[in-house]
Amino acid sequence: MSKLTISLSPHVHSGDSVSRNMYGVILALIPALIASLWFFGLGSAIVLATSVVACVFFEWAITRFILRRDTLTITDGSAILTGLLLGFNLPSNLPLWIIIIGALVAIGIGKMTFGGLGQNPFNPALAGRIFLLISFPVQMTSWPVSGQMGYIDAETAATPLAIMKNAIKEGNSELLDKLPSSIDMLIGQTGGSLGEISALALLLGGCYMLWKRIITWHIPVSIILTVFILAGIMHLSNPVYADPFQVILSGGLMLGAIFMATDYVTSPMTGRGQIIYGISIGVLTVLIRAFGAYPEGMSFAIFIMNGFTPLINHYVKPRRFGETAK
Amino acid sequence: MKTFRLGGVHPAENKISAGSPIREAALPKQAIISMFQHIGAPAVPVVKRGDTVKVGTMVGEPGKGLSVPVFSGVSGKVNKVDAMLDSSGLKRMAVVIDVEGDEWEESIDRTPDLVRLGDRPDLTPADIVAKVREAGIVGMGGATFPTGVKLSPPPGTKATCVIVNAVECEPYLTADHRLMLEKPDQILVGLQLIMKAVGVDKGYIGIENNKPDAIRLMQEKAAGIQGIEVVPLKVKYPQGGEKQLIDAVIGRQVPAPPALPIHVGAIVQNVGTVYAIYEAVMKNKPLFERIITVTGKSVSNPSNLLARIGTPMQQLIDEVGGLPADTGKIIGGGPMMGKALLSLEIPVTKGSSGLLIMNDKESRRATPQPCIRCAKCVAACPMGLEPYLLAKLSKAAEWEQCLQNDIPSCIECGSCAFTCPSHRPLLDNIRVGKTTVMGILRARAAKK
Repeated sequence: MSKLTISLSPHVHSGDSVSRNMYGVILALIPALIASLWFFGLGSAIVLATSVVACVFFEWAITRFILRRDTLTITDGSAILTGLLLGFNLPSNLPLWIIIIGALVAIGIGKMTFGGLGQNPFNPALAGRIFLLISFPVQMTSWPVSGQMGYIDAETAATPLAIMKNAIKEGNSELLDKLPSSIDMLIGQTGGSLGEISALALLLGGCYMLWKRIITWHIPVSIILTVFILAGIMHLSNPVYADPFQVILSGGLMLGAIFMATDYVTSPMTGRGQIIYGISIGVLTVLIRAFGAYPEGMSFAIFIMNGFTPLINHYVKPRRFGETAK
Repeated sequence: MKTFRLGGVHPAENKISAGSPIREAALPKQAIISMFQHIGAPAVPVVKRGDTVKVGTMVGEPGKGLSVPVFSGVSGKVNKVDAMLDSSGLKRMAVVIDVEGDEWEESIDRTPDLVRLGDRPDLTPADIVAKVREAGIVGMGGATFPTGVKLSPPPGTKATCVIVNAVECEPYLTADHRLMLEKPDQILVGLQLIMKAVGVDKGYIGIENNKPDAIRLMQEKAAGIQGIEVVPLKVKYPQGGEKQLIDAVIGRQVPAPPALPIHVGAIVQNVGTVYAIYEAVMKNKPLFERIITVTGKSVSNPSNLLARIGTPMQQLIDEVGGLPADTGKIIGGGPMMGKALLSLEIPVTKGSSGLLIMNDKESRRATPQPCIRCAKCVAACPMGLEPYLLAKLSKAAEWEQCLQNDIPSCIECGSCAFTCPSHRPLLDNIRVGKTTVMGILRARAAKK
């Protein structure tokens, strides 16, 4: 008999792992990835590849040369995921150097400055996207029309969100007639960031993550429902505000609700906290979309609520056993 | 199907010994009867070197305060009364007996005949409780709390039902399962005795539905008995936790400590304890043997053994085909809450429900990774706590904050560490915090 191992219970483990969850999310992104390649072709492939490679490279380089850690973290899948999500939030004709800056901000500032995986208060991919949106507003808001397979010199057009914003600005509900049909928006036959266009593909990925218990329903459902209800009330009170179905199918709402807001590290720890977080994101999104300077409010709404996550965790505790004792 | 409401996990069941009928383990050459087999004050040895004892002779009398007597599981001569290694990892007082023959105390009824409640109309509740105390019975699910005390509810409380814990939610363990299949009538009489002792007319037997044969048999046998109901439960760990079981069976949650199950009217007894109560009251047999599952993936013949208390674990391993070559860890109890044992010389005690042999690969923990705040530990915690936070606060020695975040409510079931994708040793950290906070609370109470 060799030496016995002595350790405290539990002596068994579920077999779950960080990389299993990360690669699970990546797998869930595949339908949206296919939709993106279908509608934007080469442009989408180039932007995504650049973003992923740059994110993984920066994580490796920072870990190796600045933090001087020996542990290899790039295999856990989190840098690949950040790269994919950042790419999903970019137009398919964005110049490579801008993408690389975005990846540097996402990984370098958004994640590694705080100590790497698990330590970052804000979603790294969102940090990268918002930095680019503010720094390069023209390039970041010239979205190619879907169905073009090339990378540069793509023909661009107003996105559904821009049309909605314009209708509100002009106070003219007839301008909304230019919106694509709900079916086109569901499938992804519309302009926008390369990974956000197909609500259907994103929902499919969301269902997969729910099934595999990678995420729970609390955040996506509370965001989508809140936006739907609020947009519905606004639409009924004034027709310059778009139909709520089109509101939830447009822009980054599905991508944000299903994949960005559910980021483990930056969202609250309890079901009740997650609902508060989701409702707040929904309200902020609708307010920014209707009254803010930008047509899209999803990234800002999530980013703002990331900042409130510690506060939510501090005040919103799970229901303790016996608290509802009869 | 019923189950408890908050949290829980579902580890691989691995009940590989479920088909193996209970058989008697051979007597050891030397038995080590520990004085530390229960929660509370240790028993005090009443024999000395050279004394002759029989099976069922009292070798330790109850200590002061919360305590129970201890009986010899073998006959022979006392070799020494000395500190011996036990499952706590410490050397503590025990009576060591060189075994000679198998001579039982004459007062014990060794016939297999079933004694029904109706056969003993003379028994009063006080008689039953007294007999349970005299027989040294403790909770045999592993908690080892003196049963006599549990059957005497504190003033101002009133029991409304008895719940038999036949859940056996620990993976691998099958001792309770086999007991129900082989001694169903005795268990039912035992339950009737408890109901009579505490003056209630409602008794439940909670069984997880991974034991359909036991559910069917107990339902059949209980059909003619007034007030006894078998409750099938959905398989979920830690359903065998006392508070979780009460919630699952009668839908009531025991408030935070110091409240006890009796505050919601429930008295919970493990099925092995119920059987021991039957034997003590009806057969005049003190607690000196128990059923223990000896199992593991590499074990050649996983078994349920009826072993005398004091039998060294090595003896039980010899019974199931010897220690596998790839053994890495030996656990007293189940894999979720059991203790890793230091040596095979450690003896069987009243609380030994299982002996689990894990191979080298299973024995090692994966390297912890950073917490990714996935909240799976929060969702898994059956007490509604925040394990990630308690672990962090414990590591930071923030005892006051640990207390504010209800660390004393932790039942140490291990669901958090089991589920953590980052393999963080959450429960290790929380135990440090809980132990320290409980110490602080005791010190404060003592000051008042």
